Amino acid sequence: MTAVVESAPYTVEEVCEHFDPVMGLEVHVELNTATKMFCGCANAFGAEPNTNVCPVCLGLPGSLPRLNGAAVESAIRIGLALNCRVRERSGFARKNYFYPDMPKNFQISQYEDPIVFDGYLDVPLDDGTTWRVEIERAHMEEDTGKSLHVGGATGRIHGADYSLLDYNRSGVPLIEIVTRPIIGAGVRAPEVARAYVTALRDVLRGLGVSDVRMDQGSMRCDANVSLMPKGTSTFGTRTETKNVNSLRSVERAVRYEMGRHAGVLLSGGAIRQETRHFDEQSGTTSPGRPKETFADYRFFPEPDLPPLEPSADWVESLRAGLPERPWERRARVQTEWGLSDEELRDLVNADALDLVADTVDAGAPPEAARSWWVSYLAQQANTAGVALTELAITPAQVARVVAMVAEGTLTNKLARQVVDGVLAGEGEPDEVVAGRGLAVVSDESALTAAVDEALAAQPAVAEKIKAGKTKAAGAIVGAVMKATRGQADAARVQELVLERCR
Amino acid sequence: MSDITRDDVAHLARLARLAVTDDELDTFSRQIDAIVDTVSAVGDIPDDVPPTAQVVPQTNVLRPDATEPSLPREAALAGAPSAEEGRFRVPRILGEEL
Repeated sequence: MTAVVESAPYTVEEVCEHFDPVMGLEVHVELNTATKMFCGCANAFGAEPNTNVCPVCLGLPGSLPRLNGAAVESAIRIGLALNCRVRERSGFARKNYFYPDMPKNFQISQYEDPIVFDGYLDVPLDDGTTWRVEIERAHMEEDTGKSLHVGGATGRIHGADYSLLDYNRSGVPLIEIVTRPIIGAGVRAPEVARAYVTALRDVLRGLGVSDVRMDQGSMRCDANVSLMPKGTSTFGTRTETKNVNSLRSVERAVRYEMGRHAGVLLSGGAIRQETRHFDEQSGTTSPGRPKETFADYRFFPEPDLPPLEPSADWVESLRAGLPERPWERRARVQTEWGLSDEELRDLVNADALDLVADTVDAGAPPEAARSWWVSYLAQQANTAGVALTELAITPAQVARVVAMVAEGTLTNKLARQVVDGVLAGEGEPDEVVAGRGLAVVSDESALTAAVDEALAAQPAVAEKIKAGKTKAAGAIVGAVMKATRGQADAARVQELVLERCR
Repeated sequence: MSDITRDDVAHLARLARLAVTDDELDTFSRQIDAIVDTVSAVGDIPDDVPPTAQVVPQTNVLRPDATEPSLPREAALAGAPSAEEGRFRVPRILGEEL
């Protein structure tokens, strides 16, 4: 066998002088159901090893799978959100392979009849245009266990002495979403790949079916890349890059593979069909484990699970309950709230859109809600080193503070102190107001008494005001504000001072 | 005859992680060939008969998404030949495939 030539990668522009890239993206999404796909074990991230396991997900002899209805519902909703058709009759199949992360020695998946198929997603690109990515299918399957490789220098699988298996993740519901070949993107192929995965993540988040955390593996992307010489229409040999754990990595992995393929092909070499492993540090890929060829999986129908025939009524009720697409929602909110493009972008980048929307839903005017979240609360989150969503204050509490400012109970300055109190765990806004004694003194008789007292204490000033020197009132206002510890409305105090000196 | 070769059997044995001797390759290829030959009778079934993988007339058998007790960890690990740090211990994975 001749060695594969690993030339320095070409830029995408150079690649596209000779070739048209073809991409296929496979995205695995872990559903956030309470339980696993085929058993009642908890579907939880981060539990002690092998504490969420039972005979079914350990593949013990005689155990039988029982399908999670909520996972089926999520699969159908995902399909509908991706404009897919729902298959009238679908079923499960066994994908056979031996690997320690799969104790049954087969994975229950769907093969010839995935539950949803033939869809598309119109993906927004950076320049404001959209790119239609066609969806071939989305099917249900189960996740595998997690391996910990022991020994060797790096903790990676190569050179390990042995491996330790945790089957908590084994049987967690997965949806695999597969695109049709994405052709014609040219130099924009890496961008289209990232934009697609971003849009898909936003859609899935909007559906509330998954945590879609690429960093925690609840959303994973495999990028298939091949090149065909310009002017031809036969796909080249593809590679499948795995371990692509961020949106940015999707773009980098596609770009790197395009360059690598071009290097091999232009120097007269041939691309080997293989799985490759993306390295976040270097931005390069390296060969992974040799995979079984497709026929070697020896798929056959799963005899222990009856077929699914979702009723039209069920499908239509799920369709009716689909949320707005995230980018459509952003466009609507921009109009309704009267935001500039920049203000909208700041909101989205700060991850504050949902928070502001919830604050508005709780009764606050959009401008006030937005201003709290992107300025004062953003500063507090920044100081505390936490995400805005992790701040210990709810949109409803922010809305309450906004309402108290609007009705004159709080000044802006006092409102910030109330928010500080809520963040410090002193309770609801009203409790903080009571606890810290922060309400504006709006009791007219109390204010009048305070004004009279201040005038009596400074008779000379009072005389000046009575003689028409209204500027002198400032001294009295200051005294009253001091006496009320800043909790009076200064403008009202000013009016009262002038009234009393008339 | 369906033509199952020694190479086919060696390949299947590798997929099934079975060690098969040279003599067994001959025996099994002959036997599997005979089995495939027999089973090939299903090829004579007319095309208008739908494939059947399920004979129980049931559909949409769904379980509510409610957690049920899992095994205690000691019980889960009890049948393992080797365990360490609450995990199943298995021999190095890649050696045989590289």
